[in-house]
Amino acid sequence: MSAGAVSGGAVSAGARPVRLHLPAQLRELAGAPAEVGLLVQGPVTQRTVLDALEALHPGLVGTLRDRRTGRRRAFVRFYVGEEDLSNASPDDLLPEAVARGELAYVVVGAMAGG
Amino acid sequence: MSGVRLLVGTRKGGFVLTSDEARRNWQVQGPFFAGWEVYHMAASPAAPERIWASQSNGWFGQVVQRSDDAGRTWAAVGNDFHYADGGPADHLFYDGTPRPFEFTRVWHIEPSPSDPDVVWAGAQDAALFRSGDGGMTWSEVAGLRAHPSAAGWQPGAGGLCLHTVLLSPLEPERLVVAISAAGVFRSDDSGGTWKAANRGLSSGGVLADPDAEVGHCVHHLAAHPSRPETIYMQKHWDVMRSDDGGWNWHEVSGDLPSDFGFCIGVHAHEPETVYVVPIKSDSEHYPPDGRLAVYRSRSGGGEWEPLTRGLPQEHCYVDVLRDAMAVDTLDECGVYFGTTGGQVYVSADGGDNWACAARDLPAVLSVEAQVLA
Repeated sequence: MSAGAVSGGAVSAGARPVRLHLPAQLRELAGAPAEVGLLVQGPVTQRTVLDALEALHPGLVGTLRDRRTGRRRAFVRFYVGEEDLSNASPDDLLPEAVARGELAYVVVGAMAGG
Repeated sequence: MSGVRLLVGTRKGGFVLTSDEARRNWQVQGPFFAGWEVYHMAASPAAPERIWASQSNGWFGQVVQRSDDAGRTWAAVGNDFHYADGGPADHLFYDGTPRPFEFTRVWHIEPSPSDPDVVWAGAQDAALFRSGDGGMTWSEVAGLRAHPSAAGWQPGAGGLCLHTVLLSPLEPERLVVAISAAGVFRSDDSGGTWKAANRGLSSGGVLADPDAEVGHCVHHLAAHPSRPETIYMQKHWDVMRSDDGGWNWHEVSGDLPSDFGFCIGVHAHEPETVYVVPIKSDSEHYPPDGRLAVYRSRSGGGEWEPLTRGLPQEHCYVDVLRDAMAVDTLDECGVYFGTTGGQVYVSADGGDNWACAARDLPAVLSVEAQVLA
């Protein structure tokens, strides 16, 4: 795992607690609560947060990002507070409030019902 | 006392219907995977408590899940459906331009009749995948797309989907698959090499060459386990039959009111008894005259009788999709089908009489029947 969630293993010093909010369909798929607690080591970016999520819940691999390219699926959006980060670089640092666990990183199924 | 379990895939989740062998009273469980399109659910003949489900949606893609306790709990299996290197990069899109083969969804899951860990998956864009480890890993059966026609395959209206996989316990190395709208392909070496098996299909008005080797819009295939040489087909237009395992086909539409349709099934104990649900036309996907009828032939096609007792005979404008018909193996063969209107119809007497087991489900995409010991 690149930056790494910790799912029962030892927690390295400096791991950051990140809260991630999942949409209902993925909660059921993962058997996870609405808000998943992650421990992210190293820089807290969209990529490292999603890597941590997928390490903790492997059944979610491919549901948010293309397995091959790593690109966000077209109808998945990522928010922090009111800010839509869906098109931001996955390697940009997320706001410090996310890295401190004060704000949740939110995964949303886009409005695409026609 | 035995019973029957129906696995029903719908536009908004999966459902499990159970009954005792009388098949009169049905308990409905679900929706499982609520909100997801469940194209297919299938149980392992070798381990009946093992059930597979293929779910997908536009937001989160495709996931195959597996239950080992008859649907009480589910877990995602490995879902890395990676197209093999070396196959054609492109097929033809509707407009005739090249379009990359891209994995979209699993249309059909076909568990091995003998090994619970072996399962086949028919995918869009047209490809066949196999898992030998209970779904943890999948490998494309690369020989299929190595067929020289593959770069010229074009999608049907539903996409370029491999929707039918016929396995034969009597011919374990034989695989027969159908792709819309490429046609039928057969392998006799467990998927290593494939030949097109479309001779006798005629698609006049659709193909420049109506007898082309590929390009036929095959909607579904059905065969009796004891008769692998006899395969029945519901084509876009025409009901067809082959008596040499798919190499040659002849039309058996006979006196059907319409030979357009999607599903086709074979009686569990009578290999010459066949069921179809005629649909008015390719532009009007509902029964002729708004009267829902299953047609049964007891002669392997050609002569058909309408079965209407218990089915709506006015104002009925539903469709019955390709994977939405099933039979059970009880002494008195049960026949089942689901509609785009959300009804699941049951006949416990080979089609003579019908009753509605569930009336208001989401549009039904698939129905499979399991007999429980």
